[in-house]
Amino acid sequence: MNDIAKKVLSGDQRAIARLITLAENNDSAATKVMADIHPHTGNAHIIGITGVMGSGKSTLICELTRIFRKQRKKVGIIAIDPTSPFSGGALLGDRVRMMELAMDDGVFIRSMGTRGMLGGLTSAVYDVVEILDASGKDVIMVETVGVGQAEVDVIKIADTTLVIIVPGLGDSIQTLKAGVMEIADIYVVNKADRQGVQQAVAEIESLVDISCSEKDRKTPIMQTISKDGKGIEELVKEIINHFKYLEKTKEIEAQRRLRYEAELIEIIKKSLMNFIFDESKLKNTVEKKLDQISSKEVDPYTAANEILGKILK
Amino acid sequence: MERKIRVLIAKPGLDGHDRGAKVVARALRDAGMEVVYTGLHQTAEMIIEAAIQEDVDVVGLSLLSGAHMTLFIDVARLMQEKGLGDVLIVGGGIVPEGDIPKLKKEGIKGVFGPGTHCDVIVDFIKKNVKR
Ligand SMILES: Nc1nc2c(ncn2[C@@H]2O[C@H](COP(=O)(O)OP(=O)(O)O)[C@@H](O)[C@H]2O)c(=O)[nH]1
Ligand SMILES: [Mg+2]
Repeated sequence: MNDIAKKVLSGDQRAIARLITLAENNDSAATKVMADIHPHTGNAHIIGITGVMGSGKSTLICELTRIFRKQRKKVGIIAIDPTSPFSGGALLGDRVRMMELAMDDGVFIRSMGTRGMLGGLTSAVYDVVEILDASGKDVIMVETVGVGQAEVDVIKIADTTLVIIVPGLGDSIQTLKAGVMEIADIYVVNKADRQGVQQAVAEIESLVDISCSEKDRKTPIMQTISKDGKGIEELVKEIINHFKYLEKTKEIEAQRRLRYEAELIEIIKKSLMNFIFDESKLKNTVEKKLDQISSKEVDPYTAANEILGKILK
Repeated sequence: MERKIRVLIAKPGLDGHDRGAKVVARALRDAGMEVVYTGLHQTAEMIIEAAIQEDVDVVGLSLLSGAHMTLFIDVARLMQEKGLGDVLIVGGGIVPEGDIPKLKKEGIKGVFGPGTHCDVIVDFIKKNVKR
């Protein structure tokens, strides 16, 4: 086992941070290390937290961390903000709400840009979850902005998914993409100090009744005021209850399998794309096919099949 | 490999003005960098911990209170001490000409006064980033 893997397993902050960078940059040096640490993963409870911008996700994560730390759990936080499709840059501002955690060496916070295609998550998020898990974190929280593909991706990663809703936005629930509401394991109505809490709860309830009728677990609806630390202990209880439920019903295994499947697909996609579009061997073939498609000699499906045929033979 | 320059923007000290820091943060994002913004009232220790976890290539400090000689230098010295010597440090704010040589000697490689065009800062970072 190489040095950086050993250090990551011992919880060394700097080694964790460096390995994450290597994984994010698709550095081949990361691959070997990821293989070394994989057998040491599987202990962390992975919590996805999604909701519209400004709903209080980062503030909530800070408060949740406070309680988890009282329970002597080590916490990893992955805070994801959108990468600008124009510049490729990103403004990662979630730490502002978490700075009080900066000096606690039982907490590791990493900010990431989505980097992925169409607003989806970069496949590196899977790596970061594995790295933090292997480094001994008991709880890993993943924050994503609830728009586009990112929150659909986070469901596959998380054991427990929290959907954050704020009251008083009128149709805040409708604006969440169809399918997003159904994926919650726990609903959180944050900013419960505001007007319209009961209405928000009622709206969610009507949805829960429709979507979860055959399940033996009713999706709880919690109320929090993150900025004052209210309702957080109750929420932590529900989060832990959900994990126990997953373990009892063995659903945890299905959930983990779903994550590995999504990760495997991402890795294969990435490798295949690199192989076809970056390797010099195939580059000429691709260029030739593009010429033929342009001149109508060949259609895109046939061209794709011929390119794949070269790999799969 | 897809390298992206990662920058931490922090405001040490007590002044509560972060407009300048936010303008710079946006300009760096628009230049393709990943900018971790940490907000106001940071201690040197908090900045260093964040820089380690975020594994940034650059730390940008912003200060308007005039306490740069102590605060900037505190951060720079602590970064050396903690083995972050390869991280580029830049500072911005109201800094008298006469202080600049001393700041540079302490490791704050770029110092930018008010009104500096953002392109100048972007270019400086791209040219001087070490990793
Ligand atoms: N009134 C109220 N404001 C809150 C509450 N929780 C968070 N906020 C504020 O909402 C704003 C956005 O919070 P943030 O955590 O950054 O939201 P995020 O974008 O979802 O991560 C901040 O100004 C918080 O102080 C709450 O329970 N009540
Ligand atoms: Mg946030």
